[in-house]
Amino acid sequence: MHIVVCLKQVIDPEITPRYFKIDADTNRPETSDTDLVLDSFAENALELAIQIRDKIPGATVTALCLGDEESEDVLRRALAFTANAAVRVWDSEWENLDGQAVGHILAQSIKTLGGAQLVLTGYQASDIEEGLVGPVMAEELGIPCLTLVSDLEVEEDNVKATIEVEGGYAVVSVPSPSIFTIISSETNVPRLPKVKDVRLARSKQITLLESEELNLDSERCQPGVKLERAYVVNREVACEVLPGNDGGDFAGELAERLLALKIL
Amino acid sequence: MSRILVFTNQQEEGLSTGAKEALAFGSRLASSTGGEVRSVSLGPLAADGAKESISLGASIAYTISNPLLAEYDVELYVNCIETVFQQSGADILILSFDRIGKDLVGRLATRIGASAITEVVDYNADSEKLTWIRPIYGDKAFGEYTTTRSLVVVGIRKKSQNVDMPDETRIGEIIEVNYSPTEDMIVTKLVVKIQAALSDIRLEDARIVISGGRGVGGPEGFNELHVLAYLLGGTVGASRAACDAGWVPSNLQVGQTGAIVAPDLYIAVGISGASQHLAGISNAKTVVAINTDPEAPIFKRANIGVVADYKTVIQSLTEKLKKVLV
Ligand SMILES: Cc1cc2nc3c(=O)[nH]c(=O)nc-3n(C[C@H](O)[C@H](O)[C@H](O)COP(=O)(O)OP(=O)(O)OC[C@H]3O[C@@H](n4cnc5c(N)ncnc54)[C@H](O)[C@@H]3O)c2cc1C
Ligand SMILES: Nc1ncnc2c1ncn2[C@@H]1O[C@H](COP(=O)(O)O)[C@@H](O)[C@H]1O
Repeated sequence: MHIVVCLKQVIDPEITPRYFKIDADTNRPETSDTDLVLDSFAENALELAIQIRDKIPGATVTALCLGDEESEDVLRRALAFTANAAVRVWDSEWENLDGQAVGHILAQSIKTLGGAQLVLTGYQASDIEEGLVGPVMAEELGIPCLTLVSDLEVEEDNVKATIEVEGGYAVVSVPSPSIFTIISSETNVPRLPKVKDVRLARSKQITLLESEELNLDSERCQPGVKLERAYVVNREVACEVLPGNDGGDFAGELAERLLALKIL
Repeated sequence: MSRILVFTNQQEEGLSTGAKEALAFGSRLASSTGGEVRSVSLGPLAADGAKESISLGASIAYTISNPLLAEYDVELYVNCIETVFQQSGADILILSFDRIGKDLVGRLATRIGASAITEVVDYNADSEKLTWIRPIYGDKAFGEYTTTRSLVVVGIRKKSQNVDMPDETRIGEIIEVNYSPTEDMIVTKLVVKIQAALSDIRLEDARIVISGGRGVGGPEGFNELHVLAYLLGGTVGASRAACDAGWVPSNLQVGQTGAIVAPDLYIAVGISGASQHLAGISNAKTVVAINTDPEAPIFKRANIGVVADYKTVIQSLTEKLKKVLV
């Protein structure tokens, strides 16, 4: 069984809003290398992929990333999670790709890798949050895609997916191969990789796939949207910090303020 | 001049909130561009959905009322919406980017060769080219996008639009589309549906929400928040960190990925104030933050701040308020 998990490198989504700036010339965040991390929901997908592999004899996990050389960091991380193989896809001509173009290229990459029974992605990338790559790949590969999945149980020819629905959750069964976009849950909290695995990951090979190998459709590699302008919004409000020396003081002050709101 | 088709998903009680938001957005866009709004409803209750869509601005409401469509299935719905889209001659397809919309937008855009733009909250029709406005980078910024293809599929961010009041006197045409989805298209099979424990008050409707984060330290701490919430007639929410830790069920999550709340009073306990969390409380009236770290970003959003260990504050606050309120 071959499991492919798609990983994106993104600017750290938890940068404090105050320090977040957008460069007006490029419309991109002002970043330094240290601000780049593995997309948060993709990391949940990676964790889930490894858990599933460990339950199925002979199963393998390939981590797949579309990105420049710098983004090999996320693949090293996947190898430290004990992914079996890491593949990076890149062409220096690719600029400003959107989720649709990325979906096309990743789908072609998966075909080139010989296909997969299970493809996992994060449900929305932590930077632009398009939420498109999984469903677009489904259409490209002609297989089903379920979104907002928190857990999976893999059976012979089917997969049972736990999905968040209005007012609770549902377990839905779909035939494999299929794609799932993963949301965080208490069962897929990313592990802390072992020191030994981090060390081993450094010397493992990362395969580079180049665009000529992928049989790409040049029209589909064109982004469907163009970012014309981006700007930071300031939503800071003035905060009245309550005086006091201990919890009792604070509680008293706060009780007064809350009662004054006349909504209790 | 644009022709707009809105997917109006339906629940037993009528159109979903997302559908109403999508119609409101579509109607507003149509009046700015001089276009027209049509809708598509699926399933045995589609005729009801069509009537409601007309009362909310659709001039033509397409239906496919085949009983197979009673339960949502992604493949079935993609096929049906694609068919209606082609028949309608629309150039803009609008869906709510809610749980179902997240399945559909990317699929439909690829299928019909359209551009896809998601999490849209607004548009700008003043300039030469229509631009779509959406939050980016976890709500820290906005981006304005144009599209490169002649067709576009738009996903509207949940809870971003004011819903219009229905006008029952509006007239429109209902067209049942001649298309028969077949059983073999269905790929998903429902195994079981589990209703989350129902609290008395829905988070989204609550007037008072007390949310806990990683700083609450464990499920025990949440008990204190429940006691206070009960006293105030409010309900408890949580940050993603607290949900992911398994301290509270995930349906209590507030934020971009969770519930969007709009209470009169929001008390954030042990929550740092990440932008993705704040995205869920932008319409809260008074925000109180209790946090040990005076530098925590939550204090930039809170109206009232308490810099302290919540354990020393919450119980004492509950007791003081009990004396006055009970
Ligand atoms: C794409 C994406 C979507 C996301 N969606 C959401 C979402 O919908 N909702 C959401 O909440 N998050 C979301 N997140 C996660 C978000 O970025 C933060 O990681 C999360 O909100 C942090 O939760 P927290 O504030 O509870 O934890 P932390 O950031 O760890 O903060 C804990 C706080 O508790 C304080 N504290 C510690 N001890 C005490 C004490 N005894 N008393 C008082 N204070 C104390 C600390 O000073 C700290 O400020 C999302 C992230 C991404 C990337
Ligand atoms: N460049 C990329 N390389 C690999 N996977 C990606 C890439 N971009 C997006 N993905 C995957 O698709 C998911 C959804 O991304 P998006 O559709 O951009 O919101 C992410 O969480 C990743 O799992």
